[in-house]
Amino acid sequence: MSIKVRIPAPLQKLTQSKEEVEAGGTNIKELIDALEKDFPGIKERICDEKGLVRKFINIYVNGEDVRFLQQDATPVKDGDEVSIIPAIAGGR
Amino acid sequence: MGLREDQIERYSRQILLPRIGGKGQQKLLDARVLIIGAGGLGSPAALYLASAGIGRIGIVDSDKVELSNLQRQILHSTADLGRTKVDSAKDTLNAINQDAEVVPDQIRLTSENIMDIIAKYDIIIDGSDNFPTRYLVNDACVISGKPLVHGGIFRFDGQAMTILPGESACYRCLFPEPPPPGLVPSCQEAGILGAVAGIIGTMQANEVLKYILGIGNLLTGRLLIFNALDSSFRQVKVPRDPKCPVCSEKPTVTKLIDYEQFCSLRQKKEE
Repeated sequence: MSIKVRIPAPLQKLTQSKEEVEAGGTNIKELIDALEKDFPGIKERICDEKGLVRKFINIYVNGEDVRFLQQDATPVKDGDEVSIIPAIAGGR
Repeated sequence: MGLREDQIERYSRQILLPRIGGKGQQKLLDARVLIIGAGGLGSPAALYLASAGIGRIGIVDSDKVELSNLQRQILHSTADLGRTKVDSAKDTLNAINQDAEVVPDQIRLTSENIMDIIAKYDIIIDGSDNFPTRYLVNDACVISGKPLVHGGIFRFDGQAMTILPGESACYRCLFPEPPPPGLVPSCQEAGILGAVAGIIGTMQANEVLKYILGIGNLLTGRLLIFNALDSSFRQVKVPRDPKCPVCSEKPTVTKLIDYEQFCSLRQKKEE
């Protein structure tokens, strides 16, 4: 199983500066756990203490926001592209 | 009211365009655009809008020009160091085009003053540099029905989205709440490549021009994501959130919020 995951700049410290990594899993929850195994500390940046994806971070499967699919139960399969996209505030 | 001869010449390259013409140019000259932040995003946006002949450009910024701004804030020059950004911006824009009336406002936006300020404009550009202002601007624009062009930049990344309140997703449909202080670096000290600000700020100006002219497809319902390192543009869909805290039918945010001003990196530096 290999799903491409795009890692946003603020989290790349945890992925040895890699902006794209591969992970396994059959849904988003499993995928986040798989990422945590490879890149310890990444889960608490993405999820809150209840394990829910934080409200200023979105996860997209092939360009669709999982909040409008099945949240972290949204299925993923080989070849899917997952993007983690945080709010960014810079402007000046 | 027709265009003057010098205006026909000045704007000839855009008047020539089939979907603009003299009528479109008149629309631009009659338009009022507010730019929040005369910085990395506001600079290129203001330069293109003033050059295109937007009739009134309001600029809100409470800061003064610093040396570390000049790498990306192309409204300002070395000679402007120490001046207020709004005055520096006004002089730069006036030197390019006297058709654009520049209204400087050296003020920090709060829940108290924002509604009166945005009321005077047709469309708003958010070029601010922090989450509290971004959520304040979004909520104020949604509540007052003002179109808003969002832009955000961080290191080598940029994001942009246009918001038509009541029609397309707002910023809270995309990200319902700002991060708590300390979790995300939200200030310019996190670093930014000047050209990224140029690309996203120019994208915001382009959205404003299309909105005023009524042409093309706005960046509504989708977030544009730019990465400078691989020169990639991607888009993700942003549907309206039926549970959106501010623009849904049952909003939980019904008055403006002044989120705590924070900047974790700046605090660290000062400690």
